[in-house]
Amino acid sequence: MDWKNLTAALFPDGHTVIEQDDFLSGTAVVDGSTVTVIGTTGHAAIGVEIALLQAQAILATVRHHPQQSIVILVDTQGQRLRHRDEMLGINSYMAQLAKCIDLARRQQHKIVGLVYDQALSGGFITSGLMADACYALPDATIRVMGLPAMARITKVPEARLTELAKSNPVFAPGAVNYLHMGGIEAIWDGDLARQLAAALRAASPQDRRSAAGLQRGGRSQAWQVTQAVMDYAGPP
Amino acid sequence: MSSYLEANARERLFALLDADSFYEFLPPELRMVSPHLGQLDAPVSFDDGVAIGQGRLHGECVFVAAQEGGFMGGAVGEVHGAKLTGLLLRALRERPYAVLLLLETGGVRLHEANAGLIAVSEVMRALLEVRAAGIPVIVLVGGSNGCFGGMGIVARCANAIVMSEEGRLAMSGPEVIETANGVEEYDARDRALVWRTSGGKHRYLLGDCQMLVADSGAAFRQAAFDLAQESHANAGNIPLTLAALEAEQQFLQNRIDRFGAAADPLDIWRAIGVADAAQLPMLEAEAFVAATAELRLGV
Repeated sequence: MDWKNLTAALFPDGHTVIEQDDFLSGTAVVDGSTVTVIGTTGHAAIGVEIALLQAQAILATVRHHPQQSIVILVDTQGQRLRHRDEMLGINSYMAQLAKCIDLARRQQHKIVGLVYDQALSGGFITSGLMADACYALPDATIRVMGLPAMARITKVPEARLTELAKSNPVFAPGAVNYLHMGGIEAIWDGDLARQLAAALRAASPQDRRSAAGLQRGGRSQAWQVTQAVMDYAGPP
Repeated sequence: MSSYLEANARERLFALLDADSFYEFLPPELRMVSPHLGQLDAPVSFDDGVAIGQGRLHGECVFVAAQEGGFMGGAVGEVHGAKLTGLLLRALRERPYAVLLLLETGGVRLHEANAGLIAVSEVMRALLEVRAAGIPVIVLVGGSNGCFGGMGIVARCANAIVMSEEGRLAMSGPEVIETANGVEEYDARDRALVWRTSGGKHRYLLGDCQMLVADSGAAFRQAAFDLAQESHANAGNIPLTLAALEAEQQFLQNRIDRFGAAADPLDIWRAIGVADAAQLPMLEAEAFVAATAELRLGV
């Protein structure tokens, strides 16, 4: 979905979101309150600059607007694949964005992410996946990699992967698979504004994704292994 | 002097910790294997490629995790990631002196891609929970597979990083970049360029790692202890703070402003005042630190 149509649907009570070089920022009114909006569009490749721009918008919100909710709109092809970004330490820039979101959470900002187009690996892990909860539109593409590339790397025939993907959501791209694994809280359809308002009201700082993955049948081991570590007897 | 690079995960833990003090949680006898690899006819490992537990470091109780680069490059799958997350959550409850993460990983395990990605996200958030509780997290990078992908981001969420020259810390591997944008963009076979770009020395000069040590278990041991002590000496900065993140923001912006047009890490080294930049890769760790400690960026 085009970001202008998206913001119109999400924020019928008004917004000031603008786009500059694939970076989205502004404010909007949700449930009668002002929220900070950040994000990316145009399947942005997340390089050092756009990672830092998003981090700056979060820091400014924490500094100047205590406890103001934050909405993160995700459309990214993942981290930028350039030597320059690696030389400058792009992992540090992406970590800065992740840390700023985490700081905001600890300072009582509610944070909701929405994958409205596509979400890939590094660009997703430091944006939507750092929110209190991340949602997706039905057509959203979420993945680490597609099945053809996965077939090359794992040396498992693509037809076999396609077959396995029908019963095991870990292999194949798709918002529904991430929903089953707990990475996506819910898929929105219909009245987006109403669902965003409800999501902000329900936002919790607790990471409940592994429990959700178990309940929904998408990740059988994550929660159980985490608990097994907690329960394992200490040294005598 | 035992090489950290050549050691496997448990050998590193033995070299790092006080003698006979390592106690493993969920040891291989429990056979906690990936539920996904079998379907792909890929081999499994009884620890899913990571050893976790507790031990003593100069007498202090520490929690530790060591990724096994010999199993799928240390990549993070569902079980592997859950062991890391479980260790961090257990640290919240038992409050060790520090958590030490011996990272050697290509990032998300592509055989269980979606589960691996969420798992790395859960590790990241749990790590920041541990910091918020006032427990320092120290990352050690010195394995032959480096520390890449989402785990490269996790590393920079820790309080401090210690690397050897042989260690590499980055996001995308050179092969991935070369495949995407051509050999002119990044020649993955140019080993010297790869090390200049992602190796410990460059990361130390930029300020992305706090200590650069020789490739020995003993050197990593002492550095990890020193960094944990330093963290406790400045305990207010163990959790994330607005002031510290604002300073980091400025620090990272300055880096783009100063070096954003550089074509090669050598240009950056010259720009910060290294007299004989081309010779830096040749220096042993101790001589290198002596030559650059005053010039390097960051704290």
